Amino acid sequence: MTRETAELLSIRDLHVEFSTDAGPVPAVRGIDLSIAAGETVALVGESGCGKSVTAMSVMRLTEGRVAGGSIHFQGRDLVSLPDADMRSIRGGQIGMIFQEPMTSLNPVFTIGRQIEEVLVLHQRLSARAARAQALELLQRVGIPAPERRILSYPHELSGGMKQRVMLAMAIACRPRLLIADEPTTALDVTIQAQIMELLRSLKQEFGMAVLLITHDLGVVAHFAERVLVMYAGKIVEQGTVRDVFKRASHPYTQALLAALPDPLKPARRLEAIPGRVPSPLMLPAGCAFCARCAHAFEPCPGQQPPLFEVGEGHGAACFLRAK
Amino acid sequence: MWRFLTRTIAQRLLLLIVISIVSHTVIHLAPGEPTEVDAMNPMMKAEDIARIRQSFHLDDPIYLQYLHWMKDLCTGELKSFRDGLPVVPKIWQRFLNSLPLFLCATAIVWTASFPIGIQAALKRGSRYDRGTTFVAYTLISIPGFFLSYLLILWVVRTFHLPVIGLRTFGTESAHGAVRVMDRVWHLVIPSLMAALTGIAVLSRYVRAQMLEVLGQDYVRTARAKGLDEEQVVYGHALRNALLPFVTMFGLLLPGLISGSVIFEQIFAWPGLGLLGYEAILARDFPMILTLNFMAAALTLLGILLSDILYALVDPRIRLE
Amino acid sequence: MSIPIGPTPASEALAPPHADAEALGIAETPARQLWRTFRKDRLAMLGLYVLLALVVVALLGNLLTGWWVVFDPATVRLPDKLLPPLSAPSSMLAKELVPPLHSYPFGTDELGRNVFARMLQGSFVSLSVGVVAVSISLGIGVTVGGLAGFYGQRKFGPISVDSLLMRFTDVVLCFPTFFLILTVVALLPPSIYNIMIVIGITSWMSTARFVRAEFLALREQDFVTAAKALGLPEWRIIFRHMIPNAMAPVLVSATINVAHAILTESALSFLGFGVRPPYATWGNILADGRSYIFDAPWLFLIPGAAILVVVLAFNLVGEGLRDAMNPKLRKRAG
Repeated sequence: MTRETAELLSIRDLHVEFSTDAGPVPAVRGIDLSIAAGETVALVGESGCGKSVTAMSVMRLTEGRVAGGSIHFQGRDLVSLPDADMRSIRGGQIGMIFQEPMTSLNPVFTIGRQIEEVLVLHQRLSARAARAQALELLQRVGIPAPERRILSYPHELSGGMKQRVMLAMAIACRPRLLIADEPTTALDVTIQAQIMELLRSLKQEFGMAVLLITHDLGVVAHFAERVLVMYAGKIVEQGTVRDVFKRASHPYTQALLAALPDPLKPARRLEAIPGRVPSPLMLPAGCAFCARCAHAFEPCPGQQPPLFEVGEGHGAACFLRAK
Repeated sequence: MWRFLTRTIAQRLLLLIVISIVSHTVIHLAPGEPTEVDAMNPMMKAEDIARIRQSFHLDDPIYLQYLHWMKDLCTGELKSFRDGLPVVPKIWQRFLNSLPLFLCATAIVWTASFPIGIQAALKRGSRYDRGTTFVAYTLISIPGFFLSYLLILWVVRTFHLPVIGLRTFGTESAHGAVRVMDRVWHLVIPSLMAALTGIAVLSRYVRAQMLEVLGQDYVRTARAKGLDEEQVVYGHALRNALLPFVTMFGLLLPGLISGSVIFEQIFAWPGLGLLGYEAILARDFPMILTLNFMAAALTLLGILLSDILYALVDPRIRLE
Repeated sequence: MSIPIGPTPASEALAPPHADAEALGIAETPARQLWRTFRKDRLAMLGLYVLLALVVVALLGNLLTGWWVVFDPATVRLPDKLLPPLSAPSSMLAKELVPPLHSYPFGTDELGRNVFARMLQGSFVSLSVGVVAVSISLGIGVTVGGLAGFYGQRKFGPISVDSLLMRFTDVVLCFPTFFLILTVVALLPPSIYNIMIVIGITSWMSTARFVRAEFLALREQDFVTAAKALGLPEWRIIFRHMIPNAMAPVLVSATINVAHAILTESALSFLGFGVRPPYATWGNILADGRSYIFDAPWLFLIPGAAILVVVLAFNLVGEGLRDAMNPKLRKRAG
């Protein structure tokens, strides 16, 4: 049981499905994910692969139903936790920031009020103490002239500043875990770099673990310690960033890396992955990547590959790696 | 702020004048004249008709008639065609009658619609939601007078209580409290009827707005902060959902005149709507024109009020 | 540093409207998708069936009451006054006046006229009032809104086209509509065409607003720029490319306006300004029936119920369309 308690977040065999008019649709089909205290883990994949759903399921903010598996945070089972307890964890012990800073802040409240709300709720601070804390937080996330800005409304701030405010709200109560769902996707490239730097410094200062959801391999390379690659609701490869990038073992990961243009190599054709992601309504019985895989062979269409170990703490779900 | 205000008011005044000119023209262009109403009356001799025409300036060119109207209106001397009595006091008296009906109906509509709409949005898809939706659609689709008569039928048959008119005939000499109770009772049914359609429409809007707001990202953020449902809905969501309704409030004003014609006719309520109806039947130009003018003025006032209210409550709008 | 994998959110925004369907493996036009979503709303489908039935009844009714003398709604049968629904004609009735099937399905009115026949005639009239009035209002509304939306920035002297047209719309909106209709209808000779026209020219404003909003949004979209870059003449861009895309909210507006037009017509008849007898509309049958509420309630209840059902059907269809068009209400997979 020591393994369990050392892990901050432990997701085991999670299945999440959505009920639609066409029947229940599986979005997450059995994934294992664990984050230790202070660790930075990236969850990578294309749009629609289930990574956001996984993150939202941890916070119990999704409309999808957990159809199987478990989510444990600091040893507590989040799936069956009563609502009141879940709410104290949200914002208090687990913070979350989202992709769209432009629409994620309430337009009719000042940003000061929105930050103070979290502080008052979880730490029961008085209004004055909350205001002081909020000012400090704004300072910490790099908002200039916080005494003036604290009275601003969201529409008066740029996208980058809004995302900083979101960060301030999310870390206000010193959460043990921060979930960042595509935090920089909607921002300009230069702002992206600033926000990721801010995230890194906050992480170091507070000793937070970070679950980073992204489709951007570059961000993963610069920021994360471990990475899990998702495809069609399953983890296809996982390991340290170094291992996965240098010794990619799953055809999908390899194809992704090959699709990145390399400024150092001479001009060559960009390699796109042929075909398209299978629809969640029509998932194949075997490996989901099989139809697009250049190395597909006999066992692939028939059964789903489990994670095979290809190195220390490095696994790939591909029959090619079966020993 | 002030410059904006004066500029808007000036624009609106101009608009009002344009509207008055247009309505004046339209009414005078239409066939039918006050002297024709009584054309069959054998007592009306040719010289009487000529005299009437002259005193009401009916033979003057149209722009002169307009000027006469405006002048008389502003000096308070505008006289009705029907009985030669001044127009403005008549309007005032009927206005006092219409006002309680209007206020009562509006109060009912606005206090009932919000809880109904919000609950329907929160319980979307449930029996409550589908039930209220169906009832709302039915109320919107039913002709107002149809429903009123049905209700009158039912009330009269079941409760044997009077429903028509401002007060029960013969209560003028009764004790003060009885008179008040009687007036209140007579007010209830008509304002309820007038309110029903309003509730149906408004509660649908409230529901739609709530649903839209509840789907927004900032509501998701509020939940991610750990706020409980009540705080999320009534603190974060509602405040945003209510914005458009503040502006709607200003637009209620014109309903004072135009909304009530049918109900006043059914319940024999001597208010502004009925006044307008009678004026139209009698081809009473000054009355029609003045009522039209006032309705337009109320509309513009209402719009102005809406604009101001909107600027006050939405931090995103700031008047330059 | 940041090279994204797969479709970026930006490209998703430009993705074709039927991206959902593609992800599900079915290729669909937006119209078919709209229909598919609409079909799931049971109330809306019910409304649609009622409307189809109404059209059939109206057309049939118009034919029957026009050609078949015995079914003539104006035929007066004094011996058979005020009979309740489903009663048989009295034996005193002349042979040629006996109604088909030897019964009055909806009873008779105070002049012995066959209420069923009158309702049939009225169905056609009420429906056509609604349709014609709304066609007029759509015509004006789409033109004004389209011009304002497309040519908005062109200027006539100091004012832009958009400003001009929208101010004009605002002016008309400021007119107290019902009062105006009442005034005009009361002063003009009573005729069904006057009513249609008046209702039409006082209800185009909301359509104009919708169309303008849609055009403003569509104008910025890439397919319009592409069409311009190909050298297509402007009228062609407007009519063949933009209007079909802007039609969705107009359709919703149209169905709800027809409902409103029918209600307005009945209100006008109630106040005595509608079509004159013996020509029957549901509105004036209802108005005539007012006096007989206690003695012959069917004269009042039947047309009222009919108006209610038809207007309800229009409203349900309109709301169903509106819900079907709203992408946020469609359940997404994953």
